[in-house]
Amino acid sequence: MVSLLDIIGPVMVGPSSSHTAGACRLGLLARCLVGGTPQSGVLQLHGSFARTGEGHGTDKALVAGLLGFRPDDERIRDALKIAEGEGLDYQFEKTTIADAAHPNTVRISIELNGNKATMLGSSLGAGRVLVQEIDGYPVEVTGNLHTIVLVAEDRKGSIARITGILAEHDINIATLRLTRKEKGGDAFMVIECDEQPDKKAGAELRALDWVRWTRRLDKVSGG
Amino acid sequence: MYKALADAIRDAEQQQKTLALVALETEARDQGRPVKEIRAALQRALDVMRGAIEKGLTGDLYSASGLVGGDAAKLRKNPVGPLAETPFRDILTRALAVQEVNAAMGVIVAAPTAGGAGVLPAILTGLAKARSVPDEKVVDGLATAGLIGAVVAERASLSGAEGGCQAETGAAAGMAAGAATEMLGGTPSQVGHAVALTMQGTLGLVCDPLGGLVELPCVFRNATGSAIALAGIEMALAGITFAIPVDEVIDVMGDIGREMDVRYRETAGGGLAATPTGRRLAKERLYQIKRADG
Repeated sequence: MVSLLDIIGPVMVGPSSSHTAGACRLGLLARCLVGGTPQSGVLQLHGSFARTGEGHGTDKALVAGLLGFRPDDERIRDALKIAEGEGLDYQFEKTTIADAAHPNTVRISIELNGNKATMLGSSLGAGRVLVQEIDGYPVEVTGNLHTIVLVAEDRKGSIARITGILAEHDINIATLRLTRKEKGGDAFMVIECDEQPDKKAGAELRALDWVRWTRRLDKVSGG
Repeated sequence: MYKALADAIRDAEQQQKTLALVALETEARDQGRPVKEIRAALQRALDVMRGAIEKGLTGDLYSASGLVGGDAAKLRKNPVGPLAETPFRDILTRALAVQEVNAAMGVIVAAPTAGGAGVLPAILTGLAKARSVPDEKVVDGLATAGLIGAVVAERASLSGAEGGCQAETGAAAGMAAGAATEMLGGTPSQVGHAVALTMQGTLGLVCDPLGGLVELPCVFRNATGSAIALAGIEMALAGITFAIPVDEVIDVMGDIGREMDVRYRETAGGGLAATPTGRRLAKERLYQIKRADG
């Protein structure tokens, strides 16, 4: 759903909402996957990100996002230099991810203290972003709300258990999408929450032995 | 938010409300937030817009490449042309100012995008000054503009990489024209015609910035886009109608964008970017940026 405040906004450092603000948000989302500023990162740029990224400060904005800077942070301009000081070793590659991929797409592979994550995301214009893949799992995360993604065994009562844990932590679910490839196969869940799920809620979800994999992503856009 | 401007216009007419109010109430429902909070967020956006204009008018901002900068101040200090002393010239100056701040990696409001961020603040704050419009009405204008932009996002695109410059400065001009038409007392139906009359004038506009930088011609396209929006506002307020319904104009903008060759969609492969001088300047300036970054 398009929000007025996505159109009249974001408040951001120029020069490009898709190449700078959107790129920064993708960096912020990726950072959530390792829980802080990564020590190393490989950023594979596709399409227009690869062809015109440097002039738009896409490189600076992606790294700024990884450093935890928001799109309106004037330090974005100096993000590459700041990254050196913060011990973030980054590397950019130009690539073709898929012919049909959105023109502004990046694959971010990062690591912090042995914790690794890979994310594929696109900047859709006007600062809006869409994460399509995390650690090889297909997802749809917009960053408009706090989001939990998880892969679980397809079993009865799994949603009740998961939503129960969130309710115990006083987290209201805004949207929940459940998909599966086949009966009894992996079930993919994308849960958007009004409140930010704390570490404890995440740990409880991870502790369920039928939950194979789960990640939390912060809200990075919206007013 | 609405997916067709015709629906919003019909609701506004039936409920005898402004499009701004219809947009604010719809947003409040969609997002589960009070109207007051949304208005406060839009007021903050307006403050940032004014800040960017002020910063841009000082004239000492230059982009990383040095390709653009200082022109807003030039236009302000040399009012010798046919538009001297008119709100029209003031609006062109404001549009350049915001885009110069944007190109210099300063803080702006993407409305709808950064590349087209000069048009809406220029038109709304420029006309507000000329006609002594209170801030409350300008915030209403931002809500109307947001509604128009949301419909364009839904039906067409707001991305130069997808739809060319018609989707960025063209959409911005349509949003600004509709918003200003309502701000100056136009009816919901006149708002629709203002958007159509404006966007028909930017159909087919390619996105061809030198080296892919949001600098040249983007800075100047925000000024010329503002001029087209002013033409749309003037015609719509006079009661002129456009025979093709506004939603169909928006749809065809999306169609043209999809059919546009990739060279004309922010890839620096065609248009002004591919002229001999465009290529030479881009090469020199990109080298300069790389060197500056060490």
